[in-house]
Amino acid sequence: MEKETVIKVEHLAKSFGSFQAVKDVSFTVSRGDVFGFLGPNGAGKSTTIRCLLSLIKPNAGKIELFGKSYTNSRSEILSKIGSIIEKPDFYKYLSAQKNLEIFARISGASVSKSQIGEMLEFVGLAGRGGDKIGGFSHGMKQRLGIAQTLLHQPDLIILDEPTTGLDPQGIVEIRNLILRLKNEQNKTILLSSHQLSEIELIANRMVIINKGKSIVEGEVQDLLNAQELVVHLEVDAVAKAKQVISSHFSNAQFVGETANELEVAIEKSQVPNLNKALIENGVLVFALEPKRKLEDFFMKIVQS
Amino acid sequence: MLLKNTYNEFVKILAKPRSYLGIGALTLLIAVILFAMKADGSSFISFVTSSFEQTLSFNGNILNGNLIAFIILQMLIIHIPLLVALVTGDLISGEAAMGTVRMLASKPISRTSIVLSKFIAGAVYTLILTIWLGFLALIVAKWIFGTGDLIVLNSDGLVILQEQDIIWRYGLAFIVAFLSLLTISTLSICLSAFADNSIGPIVSTMAIIILFTIIGSLDVSVFDTIKPYLFTTHMASWRSFFEDPIPMGKIIQSVVILLVHNVILVVIANVKFNKKDITS
Ligand SMILES: Nc1ncnc2c1ncn2[C@@H]1O[C@H](COP(=O)(O)OP(=O)(O)OP(=O)(O)O)[C@@H](O)[C@H]1O
Ligand SMILES: [Mg+2]
Repeated sequence: MEKETVIKVEHLAKSFGSFQAVKDVSFTVSRGDVFGFLGPNGAGKSTTIRCLLSLIKPNAGKIELFGKSYTNSRSEILSKIGSIIEKPDFYKYLSAQKNLEIFARISGASVSKSQIGEMLEFVGLAGRGGDKIGGFSHGMKQRLGIAQTLLHQPDLIILDEPTTGLDPQGIVEIRNLILRLKNEQNKTILLSSHQLSEIELIANRMVIINKGKSIVEGEVQDLLNAQELVVHLEVDAVAKAKQVISSHFSNAQFVGETANELEVAIEKSQVPNLNKALIENGVLVFALEPKRKLEDFFMKIVQS
Repeated sequence: MLLKNTYNEFVKILAKPRSYLGIGALTLLIAVILFAMKADGSSFISFVTSSFEQTLSFNGNILNGNLIAFIILQMLIIHIPLLVALVTGDLISGEAAMGTVRMLASKPISRTSIVLSKFIAGAVYTLILTIWLGFLALIVAKWIFGTGDLIVLNSDGLVILQEQDIIWRYGLAFIVAFLSLLTISTLSICLSAFADNSIGPIVSTMAIIILFTIIGSLDVSVFDTIKPYLFTTHMASWRSFFEDPIPMGKIIQSVVILLVHNVILVVIANVKFNKKDITS
């Protein structure tokens, strides 16, 4: 049976004045997915997410959530979503408990005070419920943000860079939390990030966006096919190295070069032979660094 | 949802320190006036009454609670708008400044409900401020200064109102004064829908009041056509209840103009907030 489509975005576009923040973004998220929304800073991730939550109105394109559109079913859609956009902000002059009560009251579900207490415990803020947010650290606010997204038991959870500003321990906790939500409660999760390493650890599907456009979408496994590598070489003679490589490996592709560096796309199994061939033919190899193709591709996007 | 969010708005207003600043400042202002009147009220009164003393003789307690309440209302109706705007001008823009508007607007509550709940909460805050003003100005002043006939100086002379003829006038006067302050509240909430910081709407509200008041007080014929439509012109309407006979037509006109202002401002704020891209 075909999995239910939870998010469908088609050719989304949004401008701020004359600046096009999102030009052409399309992707589909199915029920039960942990969907990675990957892109460098300024790619348009948060803008797309704001469109998904009806915070801003797109100039063009189509958004469907749970098969419905905002024109007819806004509150029905939003009652099934929990979200953090950019950074979690709360009423500073209210306690954590009171903040959660405020958001729970308008979440569309009935949430009891004891459930709020349990939720605070769940995100590791037990005993801090009575403290004012003004005194909370960024990490604590981030945790409270997670509590806020989960309170009303939403089907879809949208997290915009939830691990920014967290310590390594906090990052691992969030990651485990996301996996638990997926595995134990079969939630659908959209997770944005500018780090491939973060996405590949937890997401099963992903889309990469850059400069307001979606570039590739698919299963993380397929996209990050570990067999296809780009090898970064630092050698004494680039021309000679190229000659050696082309004569030994007919399927190798040169993807970049500088005065003493060379990048070759090649299969993983051939890497030891590549090294051997270069050395046997008198090329001095100072460095050899294999990277997976998509990772290399993403790094280039980020650097450009 | 509207009710639930209105409740939320009350929780927020109650927790904000600035809400108490308004009430505190009002209490302080009135305390200063009461103290000044207690210390040196008779010379303040004689300044007004001296011109009539040749023709009239005053007996009884002139400097009584009823007169003090009148003086307080007269003085403060100019300043209380600032205290109202301090809280209401922050209601929408404060959410943008804090970032919480993202959370609010991504909940299953319509933007119209969000705006309306802000207006309701602002109105209740204004009402509380007005009631507190009434309590201090009338009840506390009467307790300190005792009661008596009210002598009011109007443009067309001196009006003397019997002690038993006063309280209902104050009742109605406070209702109209509330409506004036409500217009300030509505104006500042409306401006607040256009801003991402809370200083802007508060300052603009005061700037508009000052500008309109100046236009209203300038005796220049070019302004004569707009004067009747400025809400500031009608903010002094509460005074008409102390004329004899009461110019009901004029008061009703003022009430209608103020109500129309409120409706228009709510509609503008709602349209703006519904169209707004939430990017903060
Ligand atoms: N309100 C706005 N007005 C003008 N430009 C904006 C606005 N919001 C975003 N932008 C621009 O749109 C582009 C995309 O921004 P967006 O916040 O969506 O990026 P992002 O992918 O979330 O980046 P990051 O990883 O830094 O969070 C940026 O160039 C940004 O400057
Ligand atoms: Mg972002």
